Amino acid sequence: MLIGKVVGSVVATRKDEKLEGRKLLVVQVHNHRNEPTEQYVVAADSVQAGIGDMVLYATGSSARQTHATENRPVDAVVMAVVDSWDLGGDNVYEKWRGS
Amino acid sequence: MFLAEVVGTVVSPVQIPALDGRKLMIVRPVKPDGSPTAKTRIAIDTVQAGVGDRVLVLDEGNGGRQILGDPKAPVKTLIVGIVDYVESASGLAYDSRHREVKK
Amino acid sequence: MYLARVTGRLVAAHKYEGLDGVPLQLIQPLDERGLPMGGQLVACAVISSGPGDLVHFVDGREAALACPKSFVPVDAAIIGFVEQAIANGVRIGS
Repeated sequence: MLIGKVVGSVVATRKDEKLEGRKLLVVQVHNHRNEPTEQYVVAADSVQAGIGDMVLYATGSSARQTHATENRPVDAVVMAVVDSWDLGGDNVYEKWRGS
Repeated sequence: MFLAEVVGTVVSPVQIPALDGRKLMIVRPVKPDGSPTAKTRIAIDTVQAGVGDRVLVLDEGNGGRQILGDPKAPVKTLIVGIVDYVESASGLAYDSRHREVKK
Repeated sequence: MYLARVTGRLVAAHKYEGLDGVPLQLIQPLDERGLPMGGQLVACAVISSGPGDLVHFVDGREAALACPKSFVPVDAAIIGFVEQAIANGVRIGS
């Protein structure tokens, strides 16, 4: 899984019917030091994430292993909202601090 | 499947039950001429390969589970053959008897 | 499967339902010289491991099969603790 920040959502009226009712989030990929990269993915939501949340997303066929994405044409899913992480004992991100 | 060179071994005393008793090797994917191509991986050995061998590596889960006979094993990278020689349009690219690259 | 070093821990209280109780850890994949190979990623720790440990992990669809519940959106899982890895006659990461 990779870490990212939800920076937006995608609305598409004309789409495959299997995507109906699925919230699609624009996620900006961050690296392990919480620095934003230039990479973005559009991922289906399975955990009610919102804009500004730091999240984890899974890709590939693994992304279809949620009830929200099963048998749907999806290759990325937001599967967790991150509370904190540390690296080598140092805290990198803490949700309540917002950084 | 891809060609690879066995470059090392891994000792893993604590691992998931599906891997118990399996020999793990470090493999480096190579082109027919022996130059490295992709990321180094760890593969389950099913053919008694050794360090220095040129091998055939399967990197796909369903086939891997068939070989291990375990339909739920979370595995996908297996050494499934030891390469004797590789022939290309310009002749032998690799020959295990000489273990060297012929241009 | 790939060799990796555990570099940190990650906490997500709100995650997909089948993943409760499965620890998440940051890992850095390593090549045959023990040098970083690609960027760091987050993996489910199916076996017990902690920051600093040398481990091996599986990616893709197989990662979910390693988890206690296999219908989960997981694309990387730590499946073994590495005591010793030797490549080209040199011990990695010691």
